[in-house]
Amino acid sequence: MTVDPTAAVYRGLKRAAIDFVASVPCINLKDLLLLVEADPAIVHVPATREEEGVGICAGAWIGGRRPALMMQNSGLGNSINALASLDQLYGIPLLMIISHRGGEGESISAQVPMGRLTPALLDAMEIPFSTPRPEDAEGAIARAWNTAAVEARPAAVLLDITFWRGG
Amino acid sequence: MKRIDAIRIVSEEAEIQGAALIGNIGYPSRELYAVGDRQANFYMLGSMGLASSIGLGLSLARPGLRVMAIDGDGSVLMNLGTLATIARHARKNYLLVILDNCCYGSTGSQPSCTAGCADLAGIARGAGVSDVREANNAEGLRHALAGSGALLVRVDKGNAPVPIIDLSPAQILERFSGSLPPSGSS
Repeated sequence: MTVDPTAAVYRGLKRAAIDFVASVPCINLKDLLLLVEADPAIVHVPATREEEGVGICAGAWIGGRRPALMMQNSGLGNSINALASLDQLYGIPLLMIISHRGGEGESISAQVPMGRLTPALLDAMEIPFSTPRPEDAEGAIARAWNTAAVEARPAAVLLDITFWRGG
Repeated sequence: MKRIDAIRIVSEEAEIQGAALIGNIGYPSRELYAVGDRQANFYMLGSMGLASSIGLGLSLARPGLRVMAIDGDGSVLMNLGTLATIARHARKNYLLVILDNCCYGSTGSQPSCTAGCADLAGIARGAGVSDVREANNAEGLRHALAGSGALLVRVDKGNAPVPIIDLSPAQILERFSGSLPPSGSS
């Protein structure tokens, strides 16, 4: 039985009891963002830039929410200083749901360099990440939030083009 | 008006209003710490540009809590999108106070674009912020702090001779979080 990738991610968010989302869109997040926007249990704030989303999510966590940032991996580059000098400095949890472009099946050449560098950037930043298949995504997302909350740091889930095509 | 005097007024008014207050990176947080340290101040030590975003996130997480953020012209110019996001999403419990000294005061007072022709109040209005106020003196500032949206305060260039904040980031966060009323009540 095939697992719908968007539904699996959404179930993971619900299992993690995520109740606050900042986002910068990616085509692969399109359906997920509609689900998040329609969910009355989630405050959704579309941001203009991913770094701004890191700040908004930090404020929401301080206010008692369980925040997630949804973005394309290109946005990791826009967020690095904030992830380090805000979240890592103060010990602020953040779940990062990242559409990872630039790999197998990519049609846009500009996505390739940052796509190739993304795992190494996360490693360099000491941000733990997982790369689940759709059937594992719900649990992986719940575990990523648990890591973020328990260890008071950002944790990421990288979801590549193959994932969004159903694994 | 000196910036530290504006910060003192914002701090006093935050205390009167029971507001959580976010302080901007560099000298503004140090001046806030020197003139009006309180548990409900969050001193943002890094992440230049994000004081307004942290304040927005907090205010959305806690609609019953009054939240103010002290920002600067250089910082807002670094994160101009924040004004559009605030216009679209902020509620009445949030006020962004922009102290405009027309320069990057913590790094040697290099002129910012507001020293030229950039008008941050006009930019805020253009971004759609419905309540944009401006203040040039202490009395006007005190009065305008009752508002929501964005408040542009023109202040003099220059930093007060205040010490480094001798709190760890963890201490700042723990104090600040502990000062907030329980989630259910606000």
